[in-house]
Parts: sequence; structure tokens; C-alpha cells
Amino acid sequence: MKAARFFILLIPLAATGATGEIKLDRAPVDPRDAVSIQRGAQVFVNYCLSCHSAEAMRYNRLEELGLTEQQIKDNLMFTTDKIGDTMTVAMRRADAKSWFGVPPPDLSVIARARGADWLYTYLRTFYRDDTRETGWNNLAFSNVGMPHVLYELQGQQELKPHPQSEGDTSDQTLVLQSTGKLSPEDYDKLTADLVNYLVFMSEPARETRIRIGYAVLIFLGALFVPVYLLKKEYWKDVH
Amino acid sequence: MSKPQALLHWIDERFPLTALWKSQVSEYYAPKNFNFWYYFGSLALLVLVIQIVSGIFLTMNYKPDAHQAFQSVEYIMRDVEGGWFIRYMHSTGASMFFIVVYLHMFRGLMYGSYRKPRELLWLVGVLIYLCMMAEAFFGYLLPWGQMSYWGAQVIVNLFGAIPIIGDDLAVWIRGDYVVSDATLNRFFAFHVIAIPLVLLALVVVHLMALHEVGSNNPDGIEIKKNINPATGHPLDGIPFHPYYTIKDMVGVVVFLAVFSFIMFFAPEMGGYFLEYNNFIPADPLQTPPHIAPVWYFTPYYAMLRAVPAFVHTQFWGVLVMGVAVLIFFLLPWLDRSPAKSIRYKGPYFKVALAVFVISFLVLGWLGTQPTAFLGSIGKTEIAVILARVFTLLYFAFFLLMPWYSRIDKTIPEPERVTG
Repeated sequence: MKAARFFILLIPLAATGATGEIKLDRAPVDPRDAVSIQRGAQVFVNYCLSCHSAEAMRYNRLEELGLTEQQIKDNLMFTTDKIGDTMTVAMRRADAKSWFGVPPPDLSVIARARGADWLYTYLRTFYRDDTRETGWNNLAFSNVGMPHVLYELQGQQELKPHPQSEGDTSDQTLVLQSTGKLSPEDYDKLTADLVNYLVFMSEPARETRIRIGYAVLIFLGALFVPVYLLKKEYWKDVH
Repeated sequence: MSKPQALLHWIDERFPLTALWKSQVSEYYAPKNFNFWYYFGSLALLVLVIQIVSGIFLTMNYKPDAHQAFQSVEYIMRDVEGGWFIRYMHSTGASMFFIVVYLHMFRGLMYGSYRKPRELLWLVGVLIYLCMMAEAFFGYLLPWGQMSYWGAQVIVNLFGAIPIIGDDLAVWIRGDYVVSDATLNRFFAFHVIAIPLVLLALVVVHLMALHEVGSNNPDGIEIKKNINPATGHPLDGIPFHPYYTIKDMVGVVVFLAVFSFIMFFAPEMGGYFLEYNNFIPADPLQTPPHIAPVWYFTPYYAMLRAVPAFVHTQFWGVLVMGVAVLIFFLLPWLDRSPAKSIRYKGPYFKVALAVFVISFLVLGWLGTQPTAFLGSIGKTEIAVILARVFTLLYFAFFLLMPWYSRIDKTIPEPERVTG
């Protein structure tokens, strides 16, 4: 049966008011998984960085993921040859505005604004919509100006009535109509890596912050003991 | 005379250094029965210092320019050595300042620290609170995120609701017809120099007034009434130094642990200390669907939204909000109870204070949410009805105080401080 080959993503949708009110999938991000972040960085520079800048992010910051300067230059840098440069794009804002309606936002801190779960859901819920100029729409971001740049990998989804709900058109779900280069599992992994990278990029100092945090709390815990004993000693005559 | 002593003597002949130290610290007699609630005064001073020092370092790298402000904050977070540390210290400090000051004010309410002879001390304290609100408001625009921008827009528009002069006043405050680069520049000036100067001066006056009348205590009785004839010092008093300097050190260590925990492990505090939408650069053409001020303003914001328009103007909401803050000034003259401290006041006051605190917290919570979040009865949103009820209760605490504090059954105050 042909229908059996459809991959049904478990994303229910209310027909009205789809403005980001859908249930978000939990993004399986792990800030300690440097290899996943590296893979995400590769997806980012290949697929996002032609339209979206990350003007706060310097290429050499990727060295914190265990990459060498040469590795970064060879694999991740296409727009500049200076390792200390930030991730800018050549697209002019005015052009971008006329092409997409809105200029593609800078993604430096997008993960802090939107959250990892939203990004993970957004990247996986594009679907074909002929009423849109780009031919694409999105469940997490309805009437989004961005076309589905990863469709070659994911394939093309369409919004269909849920197979179990006869006649009830309000209960719709995404159905993969034509497969892409990746299996749905591999596509989920790829987007998880990308989101992991976006989270890293939104606050590269995060790991340092947490590491220093432990040291500070241990120090304050140790300092508490002498300070408390000193207070007790001074106060023992106050009745 | 040893060399350091000689130097001190040389200074004392020209400046009252030893005399000041003695009168203000080592021989300033404070009641011996301070409890947990008495940490928050010195902690407020600590946070003030943290904010000034971290603020100075931020100023060295921040750009008060509509085109550069947002990026310069990220530049501080990434490229400035230790910049993220300074920035999180300042953003966490802003919220912690309000937490500490709210607890400090609650202490004052509980133990009657606003009563005679401390009325001026209280008034100066309320002025400090007003200054802090101004400081926080001006500072919040500086990161130039969506919430910075639209929060400032909303608050400046409040002044626009004032009849007759409103529109001109709002333009005068912004320096433009919308919040813009001109607004950012002047808010920067207010935030880094104008308000801090006033704030510091008021803090000095607050401390001078405190040391003139002496500290209140959990029993709400005057320790100066029982003087030891041999020493001339209060029987229930102990020198601020070393007793309270060392005790406050314990409080400082515990407080810094809480502060550090937030700063290093949860600097956004679930979107309450750093709002998520503020990581989107300010966009004058796109109004966010839900504009919420930072948590410390939300009780008043909830009141603003609760008051319906009347005679074609929203001014009444602004008025209620303003009066809700200014009414603190009247407190010393509203309380007619013979007892100062909650320990010797009757059940009416205890219930009133509890209702007041609950109202403040519920209003604060309502102010963080969109008004539609609880659904609606008929045409009126439930959250708005709740906000109206709690706004009335908030005001009832003050306006009914002359009545309930007089008829309340009090317990006689003790002669000397207890435990």
C-alpha cells in the first residue's frame, strides 16, 4: 500500500490560528557533544550562511570545539580568509527584503530568542503550500518568508488530514510525499546537530561560565565556615 | 608614636577620620536583637556597589548608538575579556537589587520602621526606590532588544496619557516622535550619570538619617530609652563594629552564593531576569505580540492594565499606577497603632499585611502574562478581573490603615528588647 510508505510525523495542528501555537518537539541538544556541534557548524555554513549572517560569531571561536585553524579554513570558511572575521553574508539587506519580504535575521543569538525546541521543530515542519510565493509554509512559523532550503535532504512534506480522523479536517498532520537524500531519522539528527550549533553560537562562553560557577560556589562554601565561626566567636558574649 | 599612628594623628588634625569612624561605626550602637530581615539593608548597599563597578566596565565597551548597541552587547559577551562575567553580573544585579530592596521594605512594614522618629528615613527610602525604578527603566533600553524598545515605548506613552500636556511631554522625554537613537543617547546619560548621582546622594542621606535616629528593631521599641548610666550607651545596644560588620559578612557570603548560582547557572532566570525576546534586535516596525516589562515592574503594570478607560482616556490607569508607588510616602501618617512592631500589633494588621503581600505577588505574576491567559467571562478577561480585585486590596492596605490600626487589639510593648 502506498500510504504505508508515508512517514507520518506526529505533529497535530489546529486548522485555525497556527501562529506558532503548536506543541514543540524537544530538541536533543547536548552542549558537551563537540562533534555534533562541529557537524552542525558544517550544515550552518553550507545551508544557512548564504542568506543568514552571524555577525557576532568569529570563525576562530570554533577552535573551542577542538578544531584547528587550518581545519576551520579548509572546511568551514567560504566567505573570507581571515580566521578572526565574523560570519557575514554578501547579500545586501535591501535585496533580501525584496526577495523574501523580510531580510533574513542574523542568527548569532537566535537560539536565545527562540529556544532550541522551537528551532528544532521549525526546521522539521516545512510543508508544500502553493498559496505562498516561495511554495513553502511552516507549522511553527506560519506564512514564513523563508523557503525550505533543506528540502533536498528532507524531501517534501504536505499537510493532510490525519488518517485516523475521517472527515475531521481540523486534525491535520504532515506527510512526507517525496523522500529526500536523508532518511527521516538522519534528517532529525542533522537538524539536531544544527540546533546544537546554533545554541553553542548563541553563547560560546556558556561552558566557561558553568565551569567557573562551580569554582565560585565551592570557594564561597569554604569561605562560609571561617566567617560563620568568626561571627559565633564575636557574638558569644552578647545575650 | 608609631608611624601609622603618627599618620592617623596628622589626618585627624585636618579631617575627622577617627571621629567619623567612631561615631558612625565602632561606637554606633545598634539594637542587639536584629534578625534575618536586617541583612537586606547592608546587602542593598553591596548590590549598589556591584552595579556601579560592573556598570563602569560595561560603559567602557558599550556603544549607545541605535545601530551598534545590540551588537556591542554581544561584543561584550564574546570578545571582551571577562565581558560575559561583567554583563551577567550587571543583569543579575539589577533584579537582585529589587529583590533585596523589596525584602528591606517588607522588613520596614513588619516592624514599623517608618514610624516616628523615622519618618524622614522612610521618605528618603521611598525616594531611593523611585530612583531605582528610573534607573532600571533607563538601563533596560540600552541593550536595544525588542523588549527594551517596546517596553520603553509603552512606558513613555504612559506619560502621553496625561491630559493636555501628555503628547508634548512624551516627545520631550523621547527627544523624537518614536523611541530612537536620540532616546537611546539620553537614556544612556540618565542611566550612567544623572540617576546614579542622585541615588548615591540619597543613600548617604538615608544612612545619615538612620544614624541620627538609630536603628529600629524587631520589637519596635527605642533602645535609647534604656541607657547604661555607667557607660552612657544603650543597655540593649551593641557597637555596629565589630558585631554587625562580622554578622553582615555571613549574610554577604550566603547572598553571594545565591547571586553566583543565578549568574553562573541561570543568568536568564527562565526569561525573568533576561527576557528571551530581548535577544531579538529592536525593530521599530514590528510590535511584539506580548510586551511585558521585567518582573520588578509587573505589579504596577498589572494595575495599569486593570483600570478601564473612562471618559475616553487611559489616564486613570496611569494615575492608579503612579499613586500605587507614591502612597508609600504617606505610610508614617496612616498607621495609628500604639505598637510599632508586628509582634505587638493585633490580628487586623497581620491579616492586612498578609493580604498586601499576596496582592503584590499576584499582581506581579499577572503582569508577566498576557491578559487573555486565563480566558474570559463574557467580554471581560479573568486576569483583568483578578488584577482589579488585587489592586483594590493593595490600596485597602494603605487607605483603611488609619481605621484598622486604631481599633486593632495590641499587646503592650516590652520595656527591653526580647531575644
